[in-house]
Amino acid sequence: MPAKPLLLRGARVVDPVSGTDAIADVLIDKKTISALGSALSGDGVEVVDCQGLVIAPAFVDLHTHLREPGREDAETIESGSRAAALGGFSAVCAMANTNPVADSAAVVEQVFNTGRAVGLADVYPVGAITVGLEGERLAELGEMHDSNAKVNFFSDDGRCVQDSGLMRRALEYAKAFGAIVANHAEDAGLAGGGAMNEGEVSGLLGIPGVPDEAEELVIARDLALTRLTGSRLHVPHVSTAGSVELIRAAKATGINVTAEATPHHLSLTETLVASFDPVYKVAPPLRTRADVEALRAGLIDGTIDCVATDHAPHAREDKEREFDKAPPGMLGLETAFAVLYTELVAAGLLGLSELIARMSSTPAGIRGLAGHGGPIVVGAPATLVIFDPEARWIVDPARLASLSDNTPFAGRELRGKVVHTLLRGKFTVRDGEVVDGQG
Amino acid sequence: MIKNLLSIRDLDAEGIDRVLSTADAFRENMGRKYPTLRLKTVVNFFYEASTRTRTSFELAAKRLSADVLNFASGGSSVEKGESLKDTAQTIEAMGVDCIIARHSSAGAPARLAEWVSASVINAGDGMHEHPTQALLDLFTIRQHFPSFDGLRVAIVGDVAHSRVARSDVLGLQTMGADVTIVAPPTLLPPGVASWGVHVTTELDPVLADLDICYLLRMQLERQKGGYVPSLREYARLWGLDRRRAAMLPERALIMHPGPMNRGVEIAADVAEFPRSVITDQVTNGIAVRQALLYLMLGGPEVKEGGPDAG
Repeated sequence: MPAKPLLLRGARVVDPVSGTDAIADVLIDKKTISALGSALSGDGVEVVDCQGLVIAPAFVDLHTHLREPGREDAETIESGSRAAALGGFSAVCAMANTNPVADSAAVVEQVFNTGRAVGLADVYPVGAITVGLEGERLAELGEMHDSNAKVNFFSDDGRCVQDSGLMRRALEYAKAFGAIVANHAEDAGLAGGGAMNEGEVSGLLGIPGVPDEAEELVIARDLALTRLTGSRLHVPHVSTAGSVELIRAAKATGINVTAEATPHHLSLTETLVASFDPVYKVAPPLRTRADVEALRAGLIDGTIDCVATDHAPHAREDKEREFDKAPPGMLGLETAFAVLYTELVAAGLLGLSELIARMSSTPAGIRGLAGHGGPIVVGAPATLVIFDPEARWIVDPARLASLSDNTPFAGRELRGKVVHTLLRGKFTVRDGEVVDGQG
Repeated sequence: MIKNLLSIRDLDAEGIDRVLSTADAFRENMGRKYPTLRLKTVVNFFYEASTRTRTSFELAAKRLSADVLNFASGGSSVEKGESLKDTAQTIEAMGVDCIIARHSSAGAPARLAEWVSASVINAGDGMHEHPTQALLDLFTIRQHFPSFDGLRVAIVGDVAHSRVARSDVLGLQTMGADVTIVAPPTLLPPGVASWGVHVTTELDPVLADLDICYLLRMQLERQKGGYVPSLREYARLWGLDRRRAAMLPERALIMHPGPMNRGVEIAADVAEFPRSVITDQVTNGIAVRQALLYLMLGGPEVKEGGPDAG
């Protein structure tokens, strides 16, 4: 039996691409938006009352760790897709640091196909820059690009490409496919064995620190190499005020660079580490209030193009350890929007349409993900998030869809809750619950 | 009294004073056995090699009649991959009242305190803190000076990697002493400017005004890690040799947490000077740990007026 057309009635439609911000009904027929306007109706349509809610392009995450293959106890493509859908995402970019590493066509196609089979979000694999993330020789970028997964975005995320010559070759070679190189910026020598931000707090806690400069040196180098090669760089999880400044200056000189910041770096500071709870351990580390302010300013003025979650699930036994022995990483998909809505939009620092752009159309545009990130116009795919901006909820790790529970926002009251998510006209989340059987 | 001692900051000046006063009575009667902690069980939970701290706690607990378990990670279930949390909960399930924890990771005792209901005493965690060392150092200083107020203390050496330095600085500040840190620039902790201490890289100019010259252990790893070119050069620039020791005022004490690297941070003969109280620190460590266990575990039956009143 074909599904009935869907009428989303009475929501505020906010679409940064078309510049729409108005109360409107949205009619969805099969996969696409078939009508937009006021007081729409139709025979045999299923009406969904959306008064008081906001309809926006569903979110796109350029930076997600799904842990499959290899650590299916921490997350799977399915559980991560559920978390994504519940967070209002329609597309996630799965990082390459799996086991085996996503450094070949076989692995990226497996991840891509599993994502499609699950059907709760489109999973776009990120290919490794170097074989096995070892930083020694280039992975077969062309093979991954020409695979069914059509990888156009490469990163050794979790590891930094230390060798400047190799990084130059990666940027140069990626031009053959118009691909983007994203380098986890952390100079190994300066980072040493650091486990948190270097500064007053690390000095008191006796935890080895990672100075800002470990990130800034690599970003400065990568920007210079991008200028040298005329290639295309993306800077993941920017964490310091100095990095924002470097990127701002590079953009002013026309270097082809984009950048992302995470919800945790945009809202949390290093003082949380005083609990010694590894849930607050992340790479790059949580920094200072001044860094948070600089990141926010960068996100607001566009120096930081978009938000990305760096969703990094870890099994409980891996995080319930000594701080220095626990792996870095935090959950992000299910809290990203609410954290930023609460911290930036509700606080009056950033407009709603601007936040939506930085979570949907802009990241979709960076990777060229057609069909994601809007626009909300007749004929476009009905890939939408519908959220309640007034809803308040408390983050309960036990209730997250992720298989892991390492959220740094546990117990926090947040504003803004995703109610429905639609992927090409089908609910992936309806009334806050995942709708299975999409694949 | 406090339930856990994770940082010296868990004690205010009054709390430190109470520990030191209680320790006086134990110090006067070293070797005497008290019944106070009969039927209490204390475990030395040591994830890192230690001789003096472990034996000091063991003697302190035994002299208070506690049952003492010695757990060392080597040769235990830890080597079979058991986590800190599981190991701690296993030990606690055997009915332990107090866990004395030594660990190479900063914050491990703080994590333990969240996972178990027993009292936790930090016996040294990574480069973070060593609060009972601070207490025994304060006790030793107090044997020679009537008040901490304005006492000039220099802490010399590898402050960046030293849990002793962190606890001593905080403890000394709580008691009103005036602290100077002397170290090579590479061995100053980040953010030291916010510690409220004087910071200098030169030892000679501070010596003449000191009441206490506290030397930290300088490890060979710092040479390997490139923090100093060589231990020989360190000894020449920051070691307390005979020449420097002669620049100290007569009243000044020479202290060291042990184990010493004679010939590196301290010259062999300087360690034997009359004003060196390094072996007193060891003896006092037992009395201070007795006082701490007594106050933390003695329970409501402990009466005011020290151990003899109990």
